[in-house]
Amino acid sequence: MRKKKPRKRVQAPRKRGGAYADFMAQAYTMEIEASQRYTEFADQMEVHNNPEVAQLFRKLAGIEGLHAKQILDEMGWPQMPEPVYALQWAGEEPPESAPVTELHYLMQPWHALELALRNEQRAEKFLAGIARSAKTPAVVKKLAAEMAEEEREHIRLIRDWMTRVPKPDRDWNRDPDPPFLGD
Amino acid sequence: MNAPAAAATLTAQAFKSDYKPVWCPGCGDFSVLSAITKALPMLALRPEQVAIVSGIGCSSRIPAYTTCYGFHGVHGRALPVGTGLKIARPDLTVVVAGGDGDGYSIGGNHFLHACRRNVDLTYIVMDNHVYGMTKGQPSPTTEPAWPSKLAPGGTGVREFHPLVIALASGANFIARGFSGDPNGAAKLIVEAIRHPGFSFVEILSPCVTFRPDQRSWKEAVRPAPVAATDDPARAARRLMTDDGFNVGVLFTGKRRPYQPPVGKSVLRTADLEREFVL
Repeated sequence: MRKKKPRKRVQAPRKRGGAYADFMAQAYTMEIEASQRYTEFADQMEVHNNPEVAQLFRKLAGIEGLHAKQILDEMGWPQMPEPVYALQWAGEEPPESAPVTELHYLMQPWHALELALRNEQRAEKFLAGIARSAKTPAVVKKLAAEMAEEEREHIRLIRDWMTRVPKPDRDWNRDPDPPFLGD
Repeated sequence: MNAPAAAATLTAQAFKSDYKPVWCPGCGDFSVLSAITKALPMLALRPEQVAIVSGIGCSSRIPAYTTCYGFHGVHGRALPVGTGLKIARPDLTVVVAGGDGDGYSIGGNHFLHACRRNVDLTYIVMDNHVYGMTKGQPSPTTEPAWPSKLAPGGTGVREFHPLVIALASGANFIARGFSGDPNGAAKLIVEAIRHPGFSFVEILSPCVTFRPDQRSWKEAVRPAPVAATDDPARAARRLMTDDGFNVGVLFTGKRRPYQPPVGKSVLRTADLEREFVL
């Protein structure tokens, strides 16, 4: 995924507090948790001698980290005052964070991108839902719609990226010397 | 709980060491590590105010992956070490961590008596219903019908019910979390550390290598339908009928923690060293 030029967002309220700041804090948390999760995935792949996928996860972590930084810059926050783990999400985790159980030590770049695609799709759905909700204040609605559009762009970029890496064979996870004490 | 009155809040990153975990990709223990490192800054603790003690097993590697004081101990003996540490250093926040084999089999007896003693520490068990480090043997919490090469057709032995045992033995706080929800698990750990006495947090932590069927746990877990109770009789009824997938705080007891006065005859390091000279 290419690094996109930061887009000038909807004009923020002069006093950046209330619903606008709450939404930006939530968006920041979503991005930073995604970045941290990709970093953890990269570490796991490195430990298990899968450098190609490790590098890809590292790249994805960097991209999400940039998105998070962009939010801090826009808000003029030197850093988030404190972690916002108490936020409510539709699922158990922020929508852009992949479940930890999704990894496999033999996974290939295509799988990593597939995982990233699902993350972006969940993020898009989450943001579009906020933009559509009648309960959302107008300024947040507009911003959420912009962010959802950005996620749609990311989905397109990842789909394009997936065409440029080999699609795995059907038996990609077949290990001739499996760890299990099976027959 | 021994949180400082005024300390700059750190981030989760400050509690992660430079060692990269060697768990299998997809292991639930990664999330438990994440939950612990998120919970400690929520409590405004600093790494030097926390000790993480473990036994042996995949999950027991966890102290090395944090910047807190750590002790990777003897198989099944994490709780006695943690208990002794808390008695000697009540100012430290002591977290004991391990797996179901380490805690319920090899260390089963210590588990009972740690609950009974009710020393103010938190015990986190990463339960994957299998011995992962030794390649997939059935553990005390393995379902009776789960087949493996070492137990074809399953063990046929009823599984251990750690939450029920913990309640009957006197644990003062009982919760169940799920590694698929690290932020939820972090909140449980915060509550567990805050609650006085022996706090027991079981975290369902899939072993994707030896129990790939446990990937389906994410569909099975659900928030506990009722709020935590402080009534042991009510908690017993709930836990006895529990299917193992209700997550949340399940029991918050009111027993006074055991904390004997710390003796004044603590030896100097040099004196201690002399005692160990052969």
